[in-house]
Amino acid sequence: MSGEINTAARPARSGSGGQGLLADLKQVLPSILILLALLIFNAFFTPYFLSVQTLNVNLTQVATIIIVAMGMTLVIATGGVDLSVGSLMAISGVLAPLIFLNPAFASLQGLGIALAFVVPVLVAGAFGVLNGLFVTRLKLQPIVATLVLYIAGRGIAQVITNGQLQSFTTPAFTYIGLGRPFGVPFQVILMLIIVALTYWVVKRTVFGRYVLAVGGNETAAGLSGVPVSRVKLAVYAISGLLAGIAGLIVIAINSSSDANQVGQGMELDAIAAVAVGGTLLSGGRAQVLGTLFGALIIQLIRFTLLAKGVPDAAALVVKAAIIVIAVALQQRRRRE
Amino acid sequence: MTAPTSAPPAPSGPLLLDMQHIQKAFAGVTALDNASLGVAAGEVHALIGQNGAGKSTMIKVLTGAYRRDGGSITFAGQPVDFASPLAAQRGGIATIYQEVNLVPLRTVAENIFLGREPRKWGLIQWPAMNAEAARLLTELGIQLDVKEPLGSFSTAIQQMVALARAVSINARLVIMDEPTSSLNEREVETLFGVIRGLKARGVSVIFVSHRLDELYAVCDRITVMRDGRTVYAGDMQGISRLQLVEQMLGREIKNAGAQTGFVKHKGSAGAKPLLGVGGVVRGTRLQGASVEVGEGEVVGLAGLLGSGRSELARVIFGADQPDAGELRFGGQPVQFRSPSDAIKAGLGFCSEDRKAEGIVPELSVRENLTLALLPRLSRAGVVDNRQQAEIVERFVASLGIKTSNPDQPIRELSGGNQQKVLLARWLAMNPKLLILDEPTRGIDVGAKAEIQRLIGELAQEGLGVLMISSELEELIEGCQHVTVLHDGKTVANLAGDEISEAQLLHAMAQGLEPEDMPRPPTPPQVRA
Ligand SMILES: Nc1ncnc2c1ncn2[C@@H]1O[C@H](COP(=O)(O)OP(=O)(O)OP(=O)(O)O)[C@@H](O)[C@H]1O
Ligand SMILES: [Mg+2]
Repeated sequence: MSGEINTAARPARSGSGGQGLLADLKQVLPSILILLALLIFNAFFTPYFLSVQTLNVNLTQVATIIIVAMGMTLVIATGGVDLSVGSLMAISGVLAPLIFLNPAFASLQGLGIALAFVVPVLVAGAFGVLNGLFVTRLKLQPIVATLVLYIAGRGIAQVITNGQLQSFTTPAFTYIGLGRPFGVPFQVILMLIIVALTYWVVKRTVFGRYVLAVGGNETAAGLSGVPVSRVKLAVYAISGLLAGIAGLIVIAINSSSDANQVGQGMELDAIAAVAVGGTLLSGGRAQVLGTLFGALIIQLIRFTLLAKGVPDAAALVVKAAIIVIAVALQQRRRRE
Repeated sequence: MTAPTSAPPAPSGPLLLDMQHIQKAFAGVTALDNASLGVAAGEVHALIGQNGAGKSTMIKVLTGAYRRDGGSITFAGQPVDFASPLAAQRGGIATIYQEVNLVPLRTVAENIFLGREPRKWGLIQWPAMNAEAARLLTELGIQLDVKEPLGSFSTAIQQMVALARAVSINARLVIMDEPTSSLNEREVETLFGVIRGLKARGVSVIFVSHRLDELYAVCDRITVMRDGRTVYAGDMQGISRLQLVEQMLGREIKNAGAQTGFVKHKGSAGAKPLLGVGGVVRGTRLQGASVEVGEGEVVGLAGLLGSGRSELARVIFGADQPDAGELRFGGQPVQFRSPSDAIKAGLGFCSEDRKAEGIVPELSVRENLTLALLPRLSRAGVVDNRQQAEIVERFVASLGIKTSNPDQPIRELSGGNQQKVLLARWLAMNPKLLILDEPTRGIDVGAKAEIQRLIGELAQEGLGVLMISSELEELIEGCQHVTVLHDGKTVANLAGDEISEAQLLHAMAQGLEPEDMPRPPTPPQVRA
């Protein structure tokens, strides 16, 4: 009988959930290694890869995925999933120009811009709360609950604009997509702040522990006084808010807003980033840094394939294959 | 110590199972170190040791749930290396694991026949399967609707279902890892009947338990483990209870008087009332249950399987809402709408089902221990790491929790050590009233006495305790009052000298015919 069939003898991680940053990085080692491998490969085989410009291009493109994936990490850590993020991006993306292009704010441009940042994000957050209510009050399965807005959300965005493309040149607004303080794209800075904040919330706050407890064993959490429903409501709200921010960045980059395009396919990229990053889709763990690396991996694969001139269809297959490998590697590490 | 620590006497028959020089480490921490276990054909073999000694690991190595790092296993004359528990089952080993690992959402019948459903042309024969499941359970003295999901029944029933599954597999070796931890005397007797039946058929049994009396009742031979090693193997009758405990702990012990660690204080007659529960009705399971707990009192809640003890505890704690009945806490009428309401008022509830309702498996010992305490350990929502570490350190030391470090995920701890963490979760809250559902379930004799002593001491300082226990000694030696439930109704309140084994058994069995176990096959009825 072969003894190699099960992986029982594999040493289990020790000290998971350790306090240190180093311990956390160790936990997501496979994704770090894959990322390094991709970087090294490109450094040798992709001309001009090691340039500030390439770096900026990649980071600008990946920033929105990472921002959305942070919310997704929290949702998935509670054992849920949020399919509506792409559609919520579209809603936020069409609302903003409606506000700052509105003639009502012609004389008060500053106010119009300010509202264009705040209102769409809050609206997306409110839809997030709705997702949360579906899950906690109606007890819908998260995948079904958020499918509602995945479908209806984009419809709402199209209805708001009558399906029209809105173009604009409003530097005060597009700064969040095109601005370069100290030569660093603004959305990259924003992304890093959001990642740091999420990491801190998971590591240091009561809310962070509650998220993991709810995902790890909802019954036990409830019996220990964890406000299970409120925690779930909060993660969907956060996911909505972050999708709202990402929607604004995307339209700022394009200087136009198209209800059909904004956030298209974002839910899958975000979920893939979370999975590649080593967060269990069944809940109970949140690898914030893993998600960051996961998104970077996916972005780098896309970039590499593009740079190598691989046709789109083939590129998708390669992308899928690498995701499967990454997730399998993470799973192997977990089994004892 | 005179007991031999090597060269155990040869068993009577040829060995069915022979495990030698077994090694197993987890992430560098040694769990098994040169451990051995030999079981003869047709013998009932006790496997004992302190929490974390390596008993469950030994079993999992045998059944292929874990892969061993070294050593040899011979089963029925053949060297074996099972790749998975399923392979072991096909090879003739049926196992009841310590944490019941059946599927809660599937029906009782499906669980009994999982993976070997009776089929005809590829279709499951539902009526045949259900009838056979009901028959198997009736033989074990249990009547219930086998079409109900397993998860809707108590831990004790689930243990009996696991037992039904194990005996219905035609195995040559049946392993039971703490099968009796939530069973009361009556059910334990049934289990012993089953074990003797297996033995008569020439089937060997490995029996793990922390209740020493049980070992003498059914076991022929015994293996004692300590710190991952086999320290004693021999005939059951050749070792006294005291010697056995000394082997387990690895040191001599002096006091062997009381069975439990409780020091019962008299409980002043006029204890200030703390909790008053009257006429609670909920569904069919609670039909007028009442109980009173005063400050500083330890009150026992006794009853048979399905008498509604755990259900009553859940209602008091706000986890379930009653249909009728009244609740008073600290003199005020209250109705807790959720556990967190109850916790805020000063209640704590340690559930009997540690896997489903206790541990958060992926989280560390530290996070599990402080889960209920977190709001008090934080300022503006940020956890005070230092204070948290202090508390965890204190309880790990005072309860003797065996863990490689507080960051270790709780799922890696042995069953008894998980239980200690859950107790600590509530003790750390410093509650006014603690509801304990089988508090010492799966905890070894040494630690058990410690915990019982601790509960007694806290009660003396004013803590009210409502304790559900299927162990009579625990009720007799630890409680000032015992409330007995039967079919969801309070049928007796015993105090002082009335709390005796005879009185308790009599009250618990009210309304039952003496000869109704095992009962004749009658239409199934839910009694869980
Ligand atoms: N998956 C695992 N990862 C790491 N350590 C483990 C794992 N499983 C068991 N251990 C460790 O191995 C040791 C033996 O555990 P085991 O579960 O075999 O104890 P046990 O004798 O069954 O105790 P109990 O009476 O509490 O059930 C313990 O120290 C435990 O922490
Ligand atoms: Mg065990």
